Amino acid sequence: MKYAYYPGCAAKGATPELHQATLKVTERLGIEIVEIDNFNCCGAGVITEADPDLAYLLNAKTLATAEAMGLDIMTVCGTCQGTLGGMNKALQKDEVLRNRINTSLKEATGLTYNGTVSVKHLQWILVKDYGLEALERAVVRPLRKLAIAPFYGCYILRPASATGFDNWENPQSLEKLIKALGAEPVAYDGRTKCCGFPVFLEKEEIALEMVGSRVSEASIKGANAMVTPCPLCHMSLDIYQERAEKKIEREQDRVETSMPILHLPQLLGLALGFTSKELGMKRHFVSTASIDDILSVE
Amino acid sequence: MGEASCWGFLALAYTFVRTQITVQRFNPDKSPEHFVSNYSIEYDRGTTLLSALLNIKNQMDGTLTFRASCRAAICGSCLMQVNGVQKLACRLSLHEELETRGKIHVAPMANMLVIKDMVVELAPFWKKIKAITPYVVSTEQEVGARHAVPALQNIHELLHNADGCIMCSACLSACATFEASPNFLGPAALAKAYRFVVDPRDEARQSRLELLQEDDGIWDCVRCNLCVSVCPKDVAPMEQIVRLRRLLIAEGFNESVAAAHIIEFTKVVGEEGRLNETRLPLLMLWGHWGKLLRMIPLGIKMFLHGKAPFPFQWPKGYKQVQAIFKSRNK
Repeated sequence: MKYAYYPGCAAKGATPELHQATLKVTERLGIEIVEIDNFNCCGAGVITEADPDLAYLLNAKTLATAEAMGLDIMTVCGTCQGTLGGMNKALQKDEVLRNRINTSLKEATGLTYNGTVSVKHLQWILVKDYGLEALERAVVRPLRKLAIAPFYGCYILRPASATGFDNWENPQSLEKLIKALGAEPVAYDGRTKCCGFPVFLEKEEIALEMVGSRVSEASIKGANAMVTPCPLCHMSLDIYQERAEKKIEREQDRVETSMPILHLPQLLGLALGFTSKELGMKRHFVSTASIDDILSVE
Repeated sequence: MGEASCWGFLALAYTFVRTQITVQRFNPDKSPEHFVSNYSIEYDRGTTLLSALLNIKNQMDGTLTFRASCRAAICGSCLMQVNGVQKLACRLSLHEELETRGKIHVAPMANMLVIKDMVVELAPFWKKIKAITPYVVSTEQEVGARHAVPALQNIHELLHNADGCIMCSACLSACATFEASPNFLGPAALAKAYRFVVDPRDEARQSRLELLQEDDGIWDCVRCNLCVSVCPKDVAPMEQIVRLRRLLIAEGFNESVAAAHIIEFTKVVGEEGRLNETRLPLLMLWGHWGKLLRMIPLGIKMFLHGKAPFPFQWPKGYKQVQAIFKSRNK
């Protein structure tokens, strides 16, 4: 099992703990990864707003690089998965588009993409390629006392034409993974909604409302922590949680909470026996000490 | 298909199976609280949720209240939440929904004031539609001369199906921004605005663009794709909002922080090959001093937590990205 690893900008920038935990977890599970060391930004849907063909070119460069390596791509970011994976599907399906993009790509970089690469998030790889039973066997510390609220993020689910793994109306892959690690998945409506990240700098009040709603709903339903396959959702729910709580406390009668937010590889890492420090949790804004406490009681 | 299997298929199609429909009810004349009713019904492969609800109303419980008219996904009246998702009852096969979800739980549209059972107050939806002036503004029409407004020749390429809306309000009910910010104009109205902005016969283009870039307009969309996913008519409202954003930036409406987000994000990636989360906020908020000041404590905390990359980086491969940008600018 070998993949070309596309970390994405966040795992190499504001959420380095995601990259750290990914390396640990994939090594322990025996998933071989070769980092695309010259990777570039997927555009995160933002560059598409400026110039769709430019976004296609950037992603075609990544896809052509993986194709030359002879490997499928593994992502660890929901937004990268939606953008790179969605554009891959479009390039594979639409020959006219692929030819147009390839003409410019070849001129600028010498690369050509023939449409042979698959793009898969670690979440999907574990459920389908690696398998839940194999994952269960690899667990050395079942997370029995933890109730975990899955938070999918938009891009790994929608639009269905770009993703095509989970049914966006009722996705189950995170729940399956949480169960395989021995923890209890928490059911709540907000798990498939938006984290607010895209409008933080422009409309903080809207974003804080979203963060506050997601976190307090998960808390009311009894979650000890939330887990997400997207580092942008992680940033939103972790970095802005304190501000969101202040707002919620002031405006509404919702529970005050301090909710640890975990990257998916961090949750996996805990069940595989790594310490929270080894998984980079000290970098989080919201302390994850409560998780250590629950696990150490066991 | 052989005769035997053909009969087998027909027998399967007309085999009635019993299931339970759970309905979230509300009747303010009786109680201020919501309550739940369960109905046991028979269905076959052709039964829609609407036909089941009509049967319940006619034969089991006349108090069950919902809107419905055309039964053919044209009038947009019977929109409700089924298993938490906005759907037209007339277009939903009970058989298929049970296959994928295993249950039928019906509730009124989310984020709307419930009047009774499935009937919600739609005035806020219509107010948003009216706010974008949902018709072609033409002085020729106003003077009442015999110059009819000419029909559009290339309407399908031009409108990207933005005119396919049946006003069912599924998108507004599902919209993440509307839930958090009720004054947001919302997906349906903004998709309709796109429809008139690109209409060459319309004479109100400039005032439309000015309205759209204000607070509660196109920049408040979080691009969650919920509207695209629930729309029963493939109007893809978010995609029309993205087209409006591209159009507004091209026409010089680029002073907002949201426009700067797109412009500066693209610029940073063009220079460094990757997004730099330290540099982007500085570039975006330059000149918007209040917002920048508010971000400084967060920036310092991120730095202390090892989450702020150095503001200038040239990772491996950035020259190829620069070459791609150069080829686009040509």
